[in-house]
Amino acid sequence: MPVFYENKQLVTPGDLVAENDYISGENTYKENNKIYATRVGLFGHEDKRVYVVALKAFYLPAVGDTIIGKVLEVTLGGWVVDIRAPYVAMLRASDALERSFKPQKDDLPSIFDVGDTLVAKIVAYDRTRDPLLTVLERGLGKIARGQVIEITPTKIPRVIGKQGSMVNTIKQETGCQITIGQNGRILVSGKSPEDERLAIMAIRKIEEEAHTSGLTDRVTEMLRKQKDEKSKKEVNENVPKET
Amino acid sequence: MKTSQKKPEKLIDEKGIRSDGRKLDEMRQVKIEVGALSNADGSAYIEMGKNKILAAVYGPREIHPKHQALPDRAALRCRYHMAPFSVQERKSPAPSRREQELSKVIRESLEPSIFSEYYPRTAIDLFIEVLQADGGTRCAGITAASLALADAGIPMRDLVSACAAGKVEGRLVLDLNDVEDKGGEADMPVAYMPNYNAITLLQMDGMLTGEEFETVLNMGLEGCKQISQLQKEALKSKYTAVKEDEKEESEEEAAE
Amino acid sequence: MTSVMAAKVRQKRIAQMIAHGKRLDGRSPTDYREVQIEPGLIERAEGSARVRLGKTEVLVGVKIESGEPFTDTPNEGVLTVNAELVPLASPTFEPGPPDENSVELARVVDRGIRESKAIILEDLCVDPGKKVFVVFVDVYVLNHDGNLIDASSIAALAALMNAKMSNYEVKEGEIKIKPGYKLLPMRNHPIAVTFAKIGDKIVVDPWLDEEQVMDARLTMAVEKDGKICAMQKGGNGYFTTQQILEASKIAQEKAAELRKLVVKE
Repeated sequence: MPVFYENKQLVTPGDLVAENDYISGENTYKENNKIYATRVGLFGHEDKRVYVVALKAFYLPAVGDTIIGKVLEVTLGGWVVDIRAPYVAMLRASDALERSFKPQKDDLPSIFDVGDTLVAKIVAYDRTRDPLLTVLERGLGKIARGQVIEITPTKIPRVIGKQGSMVNTIKQETGCQITIGQNGRILVSGKSPEDERLAIMAIRKIEEEAHTSGLTDRVTEMLRKQKDEKSKKEVNENVPKET
Repeated sequence: MKTSQKKPEKLIDEKGIRSDGRKLDEMRQVKIEVGALSNADGSAYIEMGKNKILAAVYGPREIHPKHQALPDRAALRCRYHMAPFSVQERKSPAPSRREQELSKVIRESLEPSIFSEYYPRTAIDLFIEVLQADGGTRCAGITAASLALADAGIPMRDLVSACAAGKVEGRLVLDLNDVEDKGGEADMPVAYMPNYNAITLLQMDGMLTGEEFETVLNMGLEGCKQISQLQKEALKSKYTAVKEDEKEESEEEAAE
Repeated sequence: MTSVMAAKVRQKRIAQMIAHGKRLDGRSPTDYREVQIEPGLIERAEGSARVRLGKTEVLVGVKIESGEPFTDTPNEGVLTVNAELVPLASPTFEPGPPDENSVELARVVDRGIRESKAIILEDLCVDPGKKVFVVFVDVYVLNHDGNLIDASSIAALAALMNAKMSNYEVKEGEIKIKPGYKLLPMRNHPIAVTFAKIGDKIVVDPWLDEEQVMDARLTMAVEKDGKICAMQKGGNGYFTTQQILEASKIAQEKAAELRKLVVKE
């Protein structure tokens, strides 16, 4: 019962990856007992399941996901939000206000205006309509400070790490607050722009080297090295100049 | 102004070698680069002989105007366009009827390959720009477009590969260039999806007997199979280059 | 925007029957609907013909006027084919500039005529580089009940065959019309045969409901000696190599049959 590729081998759409008794996992499809890849990526198989880890894929909304969005439009009953997906999302006023929405009294733009970024959760999504958001939970709401960066959504799990090990490492080493959106957007908020820059550097490194191992250690090492260099530089600057 | 007709040179010599030095069943040189454009969601650039063609994909994305939305799948929209300087005599930038027809048949050649049913009510916009033309532009365009779709991360059943075959000065040939297309007896572009043994584009102008047609069709499909190999290599090389750089980097780091 | 989508149940029925080799209107997979040809009904046009293929109705008018040749073919007259999907022909046709369907229809009909050398363009040359005759073939779809390509191709051929060219002489570089006329010289009689693929079966001359169920269409134009002079695959699906080769043989047969209706020996 053959599998035609080894783990971590690069496959392209249409490549025949397995035949007969296998189950078609993500980024594959089965037709006439043959399983083919649907995207460019790294082949993998676990027991009877074959799958492809896509090198490039866009985000598709899923109920329960935490995402970072940008307000595109204010409408009569809420907001239209860009969530970096094939569909725009809707945030209704009732999912943003603790109490009931009173159109005469509540001024929607003063709550969220065009251009604001926010952390939200997807509460509903199906084939017939655009995703619906809410900001009525802890940790959700308008982003007031920090920087939002974008990475390929497929690398998000790597940034999080096993049980959060990777992202916690970055938080510890840089002292930054990091909020991860499943849609490939990450909010980094630190005590200084310098701390934020370090955290962002770490995230970019993870994005580039996502497929390698020992990454957590290398990221920790890089961050410590950067901090060392920084403090060395500060010491030099504090030495009074010779007159 | 009276122009005297220039007697056309022979397109194929007695030894069966064509005016550009190729054998009858030889394809032109192909060069492919995937991901050439940074703004598009996916892109690919192809050179096939003197053809220079760029394909780019945006999507799946919100569809405008809304009435074009399909309730159960993504709408694939395609624009094939030739730059004014792409041909010998400057071509007006306005879309010609030929470009309209080619936009349609190219779209229809790629539609069976994408899982459009995964993204209802969205648009997948495909743009093919011919920067320089020398015969067989729709085939090279389809080849590049299929790669651009893959580069955009759009799930596909298979890549679509395209190539033309035909008849020139009585001989059956593969991959006609512009002078061969204009001076020959038949030109037949074909696009193919190997996994389904599916022919997704087939056109012919010229004259072929039933037997000639069968031979030319098979020649074209052989050409498509060669193109398919080149497409896969092009997709892989974009990523193996990155992987090798990092392999070197991590080996260097380990050595330190 | 209105549509003429047959109900899903009906579509399923059509597909099921075709899987068993039967069609909803009783035809076999290689039967054409009834063809009626009425030539010469538009007197103002140099040539004309109306064709009814089942309920599909197409009117073609041919106008022959003097004009200038293209710079790269100074010794040749000009053939130009245009098609209009007139809004009254179907609730799905909207007024406006030609859309991709009407452009494709025109170009496929054109290809059959041009590639079969049905009209020898050099015959239309009056004064090389300066004056030639331009043959305008205008396809006017009056009722769309499927297979516009074949209906249009038969009508175009029939219209060209009764197209009259006035006798003329050239005086001081101008064309002066003389009394009398001759028929436009035709050297070939191309006929288009269109197939629809439904499931994994192919049928000839699809009517509207079959077109809505089909996943792809294939047209082959065949000239008088049985050579194929044009091909066009349309639709979002595909054909296998076997189906295409099978279609080419059926096309040669059907084209010969249909030609007899247009070209009386």
